[in-house]
Amino acid sequence: MTAPVALDRVGHSFGPQRVLRDIGLEIAAGEYVVLLGPSGCGKTTLLSILGGFLRPDEGRVLIDGRDVTALPPAKRPTTTVFQDYALFPHMTLRDNVGFGLRMAGVAKATRHQMAERQLALVGLERAGGKRPHEVSGGQRQRVALARALAVEPDVLLLDEPLGALDLKLRRVMQDELKAIQRRVGTTFVHVTHDQEEAMAIADRIVVMNAGRIEDQGPPDRVYRRPASLFTAGFMGEMNRIPARRGPNGIETRLGVLPVAVPGSAPRLTVCLRPEALWDGAGDWDLGPAQVEDTAFFGTHFRAHLVPERAPDLRLVAHFPPAQAPEPVVRLSVDSQELSIFPEGSP
Amino acid sequence: MMRWLGWLYLLTAYGFILLPVAVLVLFSLQDGRLPVPPFQGVSFRWYADVLGDRDLMAALGNSALVAVGSSALACALGFLAAYGLARHVLPGAALVRALLVLPLAVSTLIVGLGLLIGLNRLGIGLSLWTAGIGHVVINLPLCFAILYSAMGDQQRNAERAARDLGANQAQVLWLVTVPMLRPALLAAFFLSVTLSWDEFIIGFLLTRFDVTLPVEIWNLLRSGLSPRLNAIGSLVFLASVAVVVALEILVLARRRA
Repeated sequence: MTAPVALDRVGHSFGPQRVLRDIGLEIAAGEYVVLLGPSGCGKTTLLSILGGFLRPDEGRVLIDGRDVTALPPAKRPTTTVFQDYALFPHMTLRDNVGFGLRMAGVAKATRHQMAERQLALVGLERAGGKRPHEVSGGQRQRVALARALAVEPDVLLLDEPLGALDLKLRRVMQDELKAIQRRVGTTFVHVTHDQEEAMAIADRIVVMNAGRIEDQGPPDRVYRRPASLFTAGFMGEMNRIPARRGPNGIETRLGVLPVAVPGSAPRLTVCLRPEALWDGAGDWDLGPAQVEDTAFFGTHFRAHLVPERAPDLRLVAHFPPAQAPEPVVRLSVDSQELSIFPEGSP
Repeated sequence: MMRWLGWLYLLTAYGFILLPVAVLVLFSLQDGRLPVPPFQGVSFRWYADVLGDRDLMAALGNSALVAVGSSALACALGFLAAYGLARHVLPGAALVRALLVLPLAVSTLIVGLGLLIGLNRLGIGLSLWTAGIGHVVINLPLCFAILYSAMGDQQRNAERAARDLGANQAQVLWLVTVPMLRPALLAAFFLSVTLSWDEFIIGFLLTRFDVTLPVEIWNLLRSGLSPRLNAIGSLVFLASVAVVVALEILVLARRRA
């Protein structure tokens, strides 16, 4: 089952501290949305509000067009996968997964059958008789997922579900989460602070900061054309070049950029991803640069560069892995890969 | 050298603790009228005498009843108080907690006298019930303290998950909180059984015709030393050991698993 979700001007405070302001968000049925942001940005609070664990001070929560703002978690068509899994340690995996069905009054034989089917969905056939402490962290994660999916919620909420797993297992589980979501078609809302995880699984990334939505969109758009300076920095490594508005375009110490920028802020920041820089000719020529040091990362060489036109600036660039960069490179950028923001904007 | 000293220390310490018990048990087997040296040979007649004594056996039964009943009630009340204070933000929670634990700091004699005066004023006659109430009063703080400290975030999240999956409050308590706190509940229960089992002052002050075992022993003591007393003491000790062993097996073995 699946349903659309809408947040209508949701705001919340913990005592004097305002943790969410004026959040408006529309999530389509069957969409995989990731709420991404640093700790303390309000993403987990927002998830608690969706799950019904917290009642917002302001605004409404609509699921499938129905106002559920005042409903407790048990009455909502949502279930949550908790960060620490919150499995019931005294029950078998089968009873854990069947718990929601038991609460719904499903007979024992039927719910055991359904629980086994859910366990099979997450790759845990024949483990139904075990207890949570007898299986690995990754398997516990799957049990938590199976338990939440067993009651066929319209919306599944995941609170940093992969945070406790090691990196390799996390990458595996990302793919699995996405595959399971495609199969069941349920709307997934997933909270994380890991931008790689967000890009790997999201249909849409919602970047949050200080209780507000900074940016939202498909992963490639949010990464390559971020809507704010904060998003640009949070989504991955970024070169920031100070700039000024001039008569012929944007003036930087690396040269003049022949583009127009809306707005009137006199001081600007030009943002460049490390992979947007290359050795050779391009739209915007940054001049020669010395390679200070390089390191091999498998998919690329990462290098620190000192541009000759501005020797106190340090740039980070990624070069193709086939060959280490020459000691001096001629830097260029495709102007499509630039983002420009007013200086000091959030 | 150091090693040898260590062993000596261990033996002395255990000897000091266990020697009185060993002497008690030894002279319960005395084939004679006085539980004092010299030891005159092994006889089980005092045990037969004790087990055949209807008053003593009645007192034993009373003690068991009071211990189990008052402990069960103290555990139930302690659990509910701990749950309420651990899961909800209440005005004056710190004060309530302090009040709940306070009887632990007050001497049993004061608690007993206070209850005696209170019961008299209310016109409630003394019986096993009143002794049981007294034991609940002294054991509740302990049960509360044990259970309150055992309620961690792990249970809180499991309770949230249960609620999320459609459980109502009673189902959350019965299907999640109680089973997860089973070790702490058993520890609180058995500890309070052992304390109630050999509690004298409250039993003495708050019973009249039906008495608990320590009070019956006190009555016997007034007629002088006898190996009978040693035999009863040994039986009481055996019961305490049985409870502690049960606790070990039920609680600690499970925790290790």
